[in-house]
Amino acid sequence: MSDISFPKGAHAQKSLLVLDARTRKRNAAEARFRRMGLVAVTIGILALVGLLSSIIANGASSFRQTFVNLEVYLDPAKLDKTGERDPAKMAKVTTFGYAPLLGRALAQAVEAQGISTEGVSKKDIEALISKEAPATLRNMVLANPELVGQTISLQVLAQGRVDGYFKGRVTMESAALDRNISPAQLEMADALRAAGIITLGYNWGFFTAPDASDTRPEAAGLGVAILGSAYMMMIVLCLSLPIGVAASIYLEEFAPQNRWTDLIEVNISNLAAVPSIVFGILGLAIFINFVGLPQSAPIVGGLVLTLMTLPTIIIATRAALKAVPPSIRDAALGVGASKMQSVFHHVLPLAMPGILTGTIIGLAQALGETAPLLLIGMVAFVREYPGSPPEGFLDPASALPVQVYNWTTRGDPAFVERASGAIIVLLCFLVIMNIAAIVLRRRFERRW
Amino acid sequence: MSLGLLSLIVLGLAGLGFFVGRSRALAVVGGDGRKLHSLPSYHGQSVALFAALPAFFVFGVWLFVQPILIEGSISATIPDSVIPEGGALSLVMADVRRIADGLEALVQAGSLTEASIAQLSTGNTDIRAMLAAGGVALGSDVPQAVLVAATEYRTLSGAGRLAMTGLVLVLAVLGLVLSLRRITPELRARNISEAFVKALLIGASMVAILTTVGIVFSLIFETINFFKMYPAKDFFFSTVWNPQFRGGSDLGILPLLWGTLYVSFVALLFAVPLGLMIAIYLSEYAGPKLRGLAKPAIEVLAGIPTIVYGLFALVTVGPLLRDYLAQPLGLGTSSSSVLTAGLVMGIMLIPFVSSLSDDIINAVPQAMRDGSYGLGATRSETIRQVVLPAALPGVVGAILLAASRAIGETMIVVMGAGAAAKLGLNPFEAMTTVTVKIVSQLTGDTEFASPETLVAFALGLTLFVFTLGLNVIALIIVRKYREQYE
Repeated sequence: MSDISFPKGAHAQKSLLVLDARTRKRNAAEARFRRMGLVAVTIGILALVGLLSSIIANGASSFRQTFVNLEVYLDPAKLDKTGERDPAKMAKVTTFGYAPLLGRALAQAVEAQGISTEGVSKKDIEALISKEAPATLRNMVLANPELVGQTISLQVLAQGRVDGYFKGRVTMESAALDRNISPAQLEMADALRAAGIITLGYNWGFFTAPDASDTRPEAAGLGVAILGSAYMMMIVLCLSLPIGVAASIYLEEFAPQNRWTDLIEVNISNLAAVPSIVFGILGLAIFINFVGLPQSAPIVGGLVLTLMTLPTIIIATRAALKAVPPSIRDAALGVGASKMQSVFHHVLPLAMPGILTGTIIGLAQALGETAPLLLIGMVAFVREYPGSPPEGFLDPASALPVQVYNWTTRGDPAFVERASGAIIVLLCFLVIMNIAAIVLRRRFERRW
Repeated sequence: MSLGLLSLIVLGLAGLGFFVGRSRALAVVGGDGRKLHSLPSYHGQSVALFAALPAFFVFGVWLFVQPILIEGSISATIPDSVIPEGGALSLVMADVRRIADGLEALVQAGSLTEASIAQLSTGNTDIRAMLAAGGVALGSDVPQAVLVAATEYRTLSGAGRLAMTGLVLVLAVLGLVLSLRRITPELRARNISEAFVKALLIGASMVAILTTVGIVFSLIFETINFFKMYPAKDFFFSTVWNPQFRGGSDLGILPLLWGTLYVSFVALLFAVPLGLMIAIYLSEYAGPKLRGLAKPAIEVLAGIPTIVYGLFALVTVGPLLRDYLAQPLGLGTSSSSVLTAGLVMGIMLIPFVSSLSDDIINAVPQAMRDGSYGLGATRSETIRQVVLPAALPGVVGAILLAASRAIGETMIVVMGAGAAAKLGLNPFEAMTTVTVKIVSQLTGDTEFASPETLVAFALGLTLFVFTLGLNVIALIIVRKYREQYE
């Protein structure tokens, strides 16, 4: 009988110490499988590294900015014809009145340094300065009319292409094909840099300035977006934490085991998996069209993100409440506390670290969410800072991830650099929040 | 009186009620707290609750109902003649509201008086210019009927607001006084305040239900509107997607569904084997050191916002695939393609597949592995022939969850897949998905009540049904499987 169950050749085995072909094959398959696993892990980690390094390589340069240092003579004949130094009257001079002053100042500096102007017209020299610079100068003069008639030293933004040239994004070859810049201008910029008139400095404006129009990537900043995101996070925190905790307390501590409770629970786990864009449709249909809240307002964004964050917070809070041992509740009930007192005085404080950790992670998710905000109009071009809360919640604003998306839709490649820089800022916020969550968990988590 | 001030007053009354109630409870028993059924602060709480809650309830309901009622009565008075050709009553009503707001702002600023509003007419004043000075820009001149409706609207809402303020304040004071007078040593104040709190907790847990109801209703309502304007048969079975500004659009969902499924398929083709192998390696082979390092690193991928993946697709992966694969092979010249979006989305999905599968593989009892080793199987044979078959239902659940993520993902496809609605097989071509078109139809400049905009709701409903179905199936599978070994 054994002849049947034993495969042919099984008796050919001579020594246990010599591996037969079949064992070698099996061992090779084992090693292959193991290598495949290692390769998969490596690919996964490489994907993470590639993702982060590509963003950082593209975006790191946005934290530096090219500036032009000028001695500008503020000609009273141009800026204040009446001589009264009255800001209301001086406001009639538009930025077109200020631009030539800057151009002349730069031309004088070029001349004083003895830099060759071959192939570069007066207009080309002026074009090295950002179109945003006259507006900056105008605001400065209107805020302080006494400056008129003086020569002030000023640091203004250089044009986006010049900025790109010093950061390696624009080359002589690409400039030759570019309508906005010529190789001759770039050579002049090189000379100006050697003379110390053009410098590269830290780009504070990136964090504080509002968005800028398509032709002025060098002036675009994240000020409005950071403010808008902060407002939305405030709203999300103030709404989702109390609602989420209250809902979890009810479901975990009070709810009877019946169909209704089951329905709520299934509902919450399904809401956690609804695509984020559907929440955007909800926000548009309910909060904007039905309730009549304004578009692009942080309050609408905050409400939509609150609804999205709630399932995360509820799931985390319920886990934290479950982790508190029943003996704590029994002890409280035993000395005469009501059910409500035992929960609010004993269970909730013990569950707090877990709840806060879940909340921070939920907030971090909400901070990076983009798609629903597109639908409620946060993608609009906003240059005005929103007012202070609570009225500011109704003002139009942008948000960090939406600003990134907005910049990627623009033509000028300088905006890609800005978008990557904005992602770095966003990721920094997320890292800080996640580290806070980890620290909180490590320090306060108790195991019974 | 502004709404903020009114709510502050009510809150102030409630706060006052707390302190007065607490001291009154003590006073009733002559300072001997033991004679009270409840602690004094519970008496204070119940007074505060009675002062605040009924008032706030009326406040909320009034704010919600008043505009509906007023709007109904005003829109009945607007004659058909002022409704522009092809326009809608709702547009005229929006003008009415804005004119009323503008008049109110002018009165607040002091440049108009109540008497002068009553005499306003389109004949003797340029309403549009006047309102523009007050910060309200109107698209066209104001017909007399609209102006009359606006002044009427303003009067009515003013009167409503006044009545509401009065009623809310009276309710708050009434609640305060009545509940104060009710305080006796026997009053079960703790039970009252706890019942309130419990009602609050139940209300909070209702928010989840309300959200779902809100989603379903807003989607269904607008989808029905859409199907009134556009035949459902064409939407579901037409293979052409070609929206036009001036009507006559072809809005067939099939090319979008095809794009969605194609991109998701590519993403899963990348993420499932990779994620599964990672889960197997980390749970069966890796030492604690590598596991402690690699597992969090992979899970970081799940915490990165999708906009980051989108930018990665747009800036890095798209051009790379185009320059080194598509163009040399002569398959396409576009940097946004199905493969770009699918690959990047695959990276995003790795942690979803790997951490869920990891949990499930760990849940397979050790005894099953030991039995297999005892029979002489190698590790990989054990995994392939014992662990994976045992974990299969759970793994399928994990894959379905990942698929539902892939179908609902927006930013990666918006930035990586392109906008051309096509039914093609070439993965290097740009195609579009349901989510991309929801974004583009709802962020465009088309009028809201047109089929081109409303189609987004029908697309959203399709998406919602798809992902919900996948989730429910996945959850049922995962739950059933978990119970097997518990």
